[in-house]
Amino acid sequence: MSTPSAPAGHPRHFSDRLPSLAEVGPLIALVLACGFFISQSSRFLSFQNLSLILQQTMVVAVIAIGQTLIVLTGGIDLSCGMVMAFGSIIMTKFAVTLGLPPALAILCGIGASTLFGVLNGVLITRIKLPAFIVTLGTLNIAFALTQIYSNAESVSNLPDAIMFFGNTFKLGPADVTYGTVLTLLMYLATWFVLRDTVPGRHLYALGNNAEAARLMGLSSQKILLTVYTLAGAIYGVAALLSVSRTGVGDPQAGQTENLDSITAVVLGGTSLFGGRGSISGTLLGALIVGVFRNGLTLIGVSSVYQVLITGMLVILAVAADKLSHRRG
Amino acid sequence: MSTTTSASAALPVLQARGLVKRYGNVTALDGCDFEVLPGEILAVIGDNGAGKSSLIKALSGATVPDEGEILLDGKPVKFRSPLDARAQGIETVYQELAVAPAMSIAENLFLARELVKPGWRGSIFKMIDKRRMLEEATAHMKDLQIGIRSMRQAVETLSGGQRQGVAVARSAAFARHVVILDEPTAALGVKEGNMVLELIRRVRDRGLPVILISHNMPHVFEVADRIHIQRLGRRAALVNTKDVHMSEAVAIMTGAKEADVKAIA
Amino acid sequence: MNLNSRRLPVARKIVSMCVAASAVWCASASQAADQPVVGLITKTDTNPFFVKMKQGAEAAASKDGAKLITAAGRFDGDNASQVTAIENMMTAGAKAILITPSDTKAIVPSIKKARAAGVMVVALDTPTDPQDATDALFATDNFKAGVLIGKYAKAALNGKPAKIATLDLAPGVSVGVLRHNGFLEGFGVKQGDPSIVCSQDTRGDQAKGQTAMENCLQKSPDINVVYTINEPAAAGAYRALKAAGKDKSVMIVSIDGGCEGVRNVKAGSIAATSQQYPLKMAALGVTAGVDYAKTGKKVSGYQDTGVTLITDKPMSGIDSKDTTFGLDNCWGNK
Repeated sequence: MSTPSAPAGHPRHFSDRLPSLAEVGPLIALVLACGFFISQSSRFLSFQNLSLILQQTMVVAVIAIGQTLIVLTGGIDLSCGMVMAFGSIIMTKFAVTLGLPPALAILCGIGASTLFGVLNGVLITRIKLPAFIVTLGTLNIAFALTQIYSNAESVSNLPDAIMFFGNTFKLGPADVTYGTVLTLLMYLATWFVLRDTVPGRHLYALGNNAEAARLMGLSSQKILLTVYTLAGAIYGVAALLSVSRTGVGDPQAGQTENLDSITAVVLGGTSLFGGRGSISGTLLGALIVGVFRNGLTLIGVSSVYQVLITGMLVILAVAADKLSHRRG
Repeated sequence: MSTTTSASAALPVLQARGLVKRYGNVTALDGCDFEVLPGEILAVIGDNGAGKSSLIKALSGATVPDEGEILLDGKPVKFRSPLDARAQGIETVYQELAVAPAMSIAENLFLARELVKPGWRGSIFKMIDKRRMLEEATAHMKDLQIGIRSMRQAVETLSGGQRQGVAVARSAAFARHVVILDEPTAALGVKEGNMVLELIRRVRDRGLPVILISHNMPHVFEVADRIHIQRLGRRAALVNTKDVHMSEAVAIMTGAKEADVKAIA
Repeated sequence: MNLNSRRLPVARKIVSMCVAASAVWCASASQAADQPVVGLITKTDTNPFFVKMKQGAEAAASKDGAKLITAAGRFDGDNASQVTAIENMMTAGAKAILITPSDTKAIVPSIKKARAAGVMVVALDTPTDPQDATDALFATDNFKAGVLIGKYAKAALNGKPAKIATLDLAPGVSVGVLRHNGFLEGFGVKQGDPSIVCSQDTRGDQAKGQTAMENCLQKSPDINVVYTINEPAAAGAYRALKAAGKDKSVMIVSIDGGCEGVRNVKAGSIAATSQQYPLKMAALGVTAGVDYAKTGKKVSGYQDTGVTLITDKPMSGIDSKDTTFGLDNCWGNK
């Protein structure tokens, strides 16, 4: 091996990794979509409208953080939306019906979601059931518990403190919600951990080659349990954001967020096989869906086309991931 | 067939006496001995079912033998797990290589043993010192003369031989006593196989003895100093490569020929 | 509160099997008493609309001396559970089955089988496709419900040019289409009229209603009438309007008449809502079932279970009742 030869079968001569199609794809798609809508509607490119899009996507975006972490390990979480709804009912009922101080009620709600995360994690690591099956089960359990405790009724008249993240402040000509800021901060923190810290890189290694991680001494049990628990807590924060946006604890919330979060993750270029992807991609993926929904409404296109376009984008994203996946 | 090497007076780096391992009714190791001397490449050959893999598993900490003892630098040791063996300076390169294909060479080299930044950034935030990892990875690969341009390349962009090189370099970088290679050339073509053999020699020349499990007789005879022939759960022979023909070694391995009593050290 | 509505999905199969088994035992043991068995299958058992329906059915059953067995799907659209329920109820000896079909087409073969075995099947709230697949339909005239609020909105606008937003259900669902078209007819515009400036789907969900309203306002800030498919969507729309400072200047109309929705009318966030009566649907259905079991006379055709416009700001020429009446007759938790 004294001659630096190009790897057999690969005509590349670059030694550094170029960004793959799956990595720049989402950004290109988002830019193209924005460009299209700007050209079709003069109302798209205003601070107010863009701020609205951020507000509309922030709940799914936060849920998708947890989903990204889980998908990176090669797992999946079908229960995320329902766990969020359960957390939102706990925090609102505790504040309104039980009269707990808002901060405590919020903690209880986040705690409830975290407990579901622990349940998922324990079932997956100790009983060794596949993530798909486990989260399918906890999806139903969370949904049922939510309906039972809330009596299928939404909780309103929430104390102001719970609604804090729905409050806005002025950034230039636009109103920005604190929730949007929180969402972006959470993305930054996750980006840092995944890219620059030991636990983040271990997560990628586990997802990329679980056997290798095991042979090198990484504890998949510890990593997976941590990831699912953390995801549960993240869904609890999403619950708080959802409550502050809609002003109610809604037991019917979260039903589409299960798949919407996976859509954001896939559109962002993260591989469902694990080990590849980025959190920034997920944010782009969530924004792409929000941009299309907002933009198509602005130009008067029926909702059903939003669904159609989202479906096509998902296929494209998965195909791009497959094509850019190099095998030596 | 004399087995005495010029360094026979030296203390074996890794030694095993009377290893026994049973799996239910099957006796995989039946009073097996083993030794590897400093500065040598020892090949371990044996037919299927001879107990080769059980022996290596015991030496690398993957299994615990039922009876017998293992000595490291003359001192008795017990390996409770592969991590235990690794902590005591024995590195193993598995057939599957244990690399994460999407991650870079540097990251794979330091997988599960990442270098962290100094101070609170490393201890509290566990931030990875990427620059230092790149530098050290480059140095290790250069030391072993593995010609890959950038340590930032993803392992999956490498050829089979280069990947093997990364795995071997990783074990050589961290091993303190001995490196165990399990079928390193099995999946490689002629040219890349030879490159790996050259690499193995360089590892030995740097002062690390190498235990090489292989069923590729030409490779064994090309690179090994001595050969441990495993048969029926025991060491059937331990010979100098120079002193034996390939056909004889194969015969002892399959039982067609009994080794001379003198052949066992 | 009836415990039956709280069963966990996991236990439901076991419980329904026990119910069916005990129903068979009861049926065989009490052949002399000859208590007619009526089955009620709802889309889900968590939606307060269906909870109310079940309560109405239970009250009517005990009054008429019938035995009521109930079942529900796990979610709106869960056809498989309803198919199973029909089979179980037939085994349990039900003479009549009342059903709110989750999938208006897919349930038809099961209904045909039941009718061929002599069971009378009545659709409640939602017609099957085709409507005559069931013996009868007891339902709200969803079209009329839309017409009422359309007329009201037109009158309340008082001649001002209309900029209408419609927050609909989902593509192809008959309830949503009927209500939407009814509203248009009552208001006096045709589909495609330029005064309809925005139409988006909400799945009847509050958060999606909010998003749809926000985006519609972005498109046409001068919207002054909002038609909503149901009251949760209306609540979401109101929140968006409030955030944009338009809650006082834009009128929201809705349909359903649930207790929470009527409270919103009273609070002023919804101008008017068309109230429907699930309890009545179920009660009529049970009575018809008992009648068939005793006399063999079937009901047929469509029976309108009524819809009332609820508003605290009545318009002349349009019949309506106030929120006190609305709260007395609403479904959900009072």
